Amino acid sequence: MAPEPEPVADPIAGLVGFTGALRAAGVQAHRAKDFIEAVEHLDVTRREDVYWAGRATLCDEPEDIPIYDRVFARWFAAELVDARQLPTTTAEQVSVAPLDADPQGGQQESEEDVVAAMASSVEQLRHRDVAELSPGERQRLNALLEGLDARGPVRRSRRRYVSSRGDIDIPRTVREQLRRGGEPGPLRHRRRRDRPRRVVLLIDVSGSMKPYADSLLRLAHRAVSAAPRTTEAFTLGTRLTRVTPAMRHHDPDVVLSEVGSMVPDWSGGTRLGEALQAFVDRWGQRGIVRGAVVVIASDGWERGGAELLGEQVARLRRLAHAVVWANPHQGKPGYAPVQSGIVAARPHLDGMVEGHSVAAFDELLQVVRSV
Amino acid sequence: MSSLDSVEGLRSRLGEVGYLADDGLATVAHLAMAMQRPLLLEGEPGTGKTALAEALAESFELPLIRLQCYEGIDASQALYDWDFTRQILHLRTLEATGGAVDPKAVEESLFDDRFLMSRPVLRALRESPAVLLVDEIDRADDEFEAFLLEVLSTYQVSIPELGTVRAVEPPIVILTSNRTRDLHDALRRRCLYHWLEHPDIERETAIVRARLPQASAALTDRVVRIAQRLRHEGVLMKPPGVAETLDWVRALHELGRTDVDLASASATIGALCKYREDTDRVRSLLPELVGG
Repeated sequence: MAPEPEPVADPIAGLVGFTGALRAAGVQAHRAKDFIEAVEHLDVTRREDVYWAGRATLCDEPEDIPIYDRVFARWFAAELVDARQLPTTTAEQVSVAPLDADPQGGQQESEEDVVAAMASSVEQLRHRDVAELSPGERQRLNALLEGLDARGPVRRSRRRYVSSRGDIDIPRTVREQLRRGGEPGPLRHRRRRDRPRRVVLLIDVSGSMKPYADSLLRLAHRAVSAAPRTTEAFTLGTRLTRVTPAMRHHDPDVVLSEVGSMVPDWSGGTRLGEALQAFVDRWGQRGIVRGAVVVIASDGWERGGAELLGEQVARLRRLAHAVVWANPHQGKPGYAPVQSGIVAARPHLDGMVEGHSVAAFDELLQVVRSV
Repeated sequence: MSSLDSVEGLRSRLGEVGYLADDGLATVAHLAMAMQRPLLLEGEPGTGKTALAEALAESFELPLIRLQCYEGIDASQALYDWDFTRQILHLRTLEATGGAVDPKAVEESLFDDRFLMSRPVLRALRESPAVLLVDEIDRADDEFEAFLLEVLSTYQVSIPELGTVRAVEPPIVILTSNRTRDLHDALRRRCLYHWLEHPDIERETAIVRARLPQASAALTDRVVRIAQRLRHEGVLMKPPGVAETLDWVRALHELGRTDVDLASASATIGALCKYREDTDRVRSLLPELVGG
């Protein structure tokens, strides 16, 4: 058995202080009173009891738990000299792996410093150009990509559903009253629901896009996983390849190698206009583009005639709900949209966003949701 | 329920009915009972959220009252409704028999208890001590959540025609959520919160042994090991829960197996995996899993 912990002078003050530290670290922890009450039902000198009392009252969602674990370990390491092992959650390694690979640095730092340092390093990585990352950073970037909110846009459905609020559902209300022998009964309601809107991602995998194709495909994988039935992904190069089926696997690494073997024109030249024409002819006109948000991720380097590209983007615009262009070079200093492809497509676009960093991808997803 | 003197006591009671809770869950469940607070359980499907409510009911010999939430559920489905048809029939009967003399008495007789249809929440308050399981609260609308919050804060409900129904003893309330929607802060604040993880290998083995003592130990060990590996490697769309592990052991045992072999494992894989992609994936891994 571990030695008896030193009696704490004022346990309540210690517990309240802990909730303060927890708040500083980003957990809402708005139930400090409940925490104290919970501890009173347990044994305040037992580390596990305090741990579980706090976890049940101060955490609100699974994301809170790794933070809670760390703050708890730090706070009560100072309070009680008790070496018993804390239960650990498996989620911890994933979500809070320190981004500064610098193990000796953080000894004396307070929890807030650590959290702040981590946050800023994530923030930096979010804004880094994905083409310029080291392999290690790339791994962490992939983890960041996994964390993006890839929910798709929605549209109002025409159909009405039974609901507890909304318009009065006359047929159902009347039927209900007939069942009551014609006596008045409660009103029944119905309302429209939001349905997912289709998203179509067209990703340029030609040579000039090589540094970005990997991340963009991961992004596409996120989008397809988030809304598997309403998201489509294609690669563009010298030809068009539908890669949606390959995206169905949940492991992005498997997806990437699968896509790599499927796409015949990986890192080849670009004939954007022709590839888009093939897309609109084969897929667009038939329906998957109708009412969808179409994202073209490309740098706009067009080897073929830019005129064709312009025409095809215009066709897309007429079929789709919106067309958004994500350009990896747009966010860079000194960039001007002079590539023939971009110039030709520009008049027909609903939006142009950057496409070179996690922050830009996040913005792209937001634009897709809001157009 | 004065027997909830300690965490250990609760844990062993649950153990007696075959629910093996770990430290965290036992502590939190004890707290929920001691503090008379609802317990909000979240976690992957198959980690035993609903089973906890069942085990609590069984071990304390209380009725388990279950409210399954769905979109559009409202108070009349959760609390009570008047049986209008029977009320009307009652009225017509009075008319026909000429029994109606005093209009006030007639009116009162219409809102008699026998015309009241108790729904789960009202039943839980009336029959308490009881265990009330509010399953998949995240499926209900937010108005319903607000309504539930009120009931769970006071453990009483007022029925205009009958008066207030108050639980003599607050029921043990377990809410489960699959996180398809964010719950209101107010509701979370009212509840104790626990995130359930899948059990570790020792606990899962113990659970399977307790539930299926007839299966061979070698079979149990092997299946649990495979299930744990599939869960931890995260290669499946839907990692198997404890229920799937139990199903698979049961299936193999029914086939008369005392260990996992390739042919029977492949034939019974549907007990473990519920997606075609997962089935394919596990099939391709089986030689390695079974061999190792």
